Amino acid sequence: MASVLVNVPKRAKRGDIVEIRALTSHIMEPGYRRTAAGEVIPRNIITSFACRYNGREIFRADLFPAIAANPYLSFFTTASESGTIEFEWIGDNGFSQTASAAITVE
Amino acid sequence: MAGNDRSTRRHFLKAAGSAALAGTITRVTLRPAEATPAMLNSAIRNVVGEAPLRNGKVKLDIPPLVENGNTVPMTVSVTSPMTADDHVTSIHVFNEKNPQPYIGNFYLGPAAGRAQVATRIRLADSQNVVAIAQMSDGSFWSASVDVVVTLAACTEEL
Repeated sequence: MASVLVNVPKRAKRGDIVEIRALTSHIMEPGYRRTAAGEVIPRNIITSFACRYNGREIFRADLFPAIAANPYLSFFTTASESGTIEFEWIGDNGFSQTASAAITVE
Repeated sequence: MAGNDRSTRRHFLKAAGSAALAGTITRVTLRPAEATPAMLNSAIRNVVGEAPLRNGKVKLDIPPLVENGNTVPMTVSVTSPMTADDHVTSIHVFNEKNPQPYIGNFYLGPAAGRAQVATRIRLADSQNVVAIAQMSDGSFWSASVDVVVTLAACTEEL
């Protein structure tokens, strides 16, 4: 089980633009490296990331082998209502990881 | 005797030369095919289609000199009011010389408030990185940065 770290402000004023940061531990093996014996190490990366705010998608990303190991993403959203922000990572070999954070909007 | 010496040396140099040459060839074939500027252009065309690509609006922040290509901080920000009528719908980042030309596609909408995305990327060589933003009116804007990489990522042996 991979570990994740998500950063969402706990409180925000209505209409504020808030930064959301998401980090997950993953090797992001690009599939181009070789062992000393010359065998290609098969690709094992996270291919997509999505973020939903009370069920509505606010950010989505397609990731490629050119994203560094332990993918880090930072993006913004407008604080519109209290609720939960959900995160989802999907990758090779059936990798799937979710996380969520609560936000209170005043 | 002197003639013998010379021929040994000549043989040695010849042998060393061909060994070095063979070494170079093996190294080249061991490395996976690099993306080329042509691959970069076709990857960009896949996203943009026939629409004109204009410079401006997009700001691509990458350190110009990178010591370790395995993790390079990158921030893309786009000048946009981010309203329902006028916002950034997606940001695409490409490279010129990694094994494949794509870095990431990021989809956002008017709810983002600010069109800015940051992540950490890999760069296999000193090269040109291109960021393209698609606006809600269908126009495309781009920015590119030349990055010098000292330690390459992606292709090292374990």
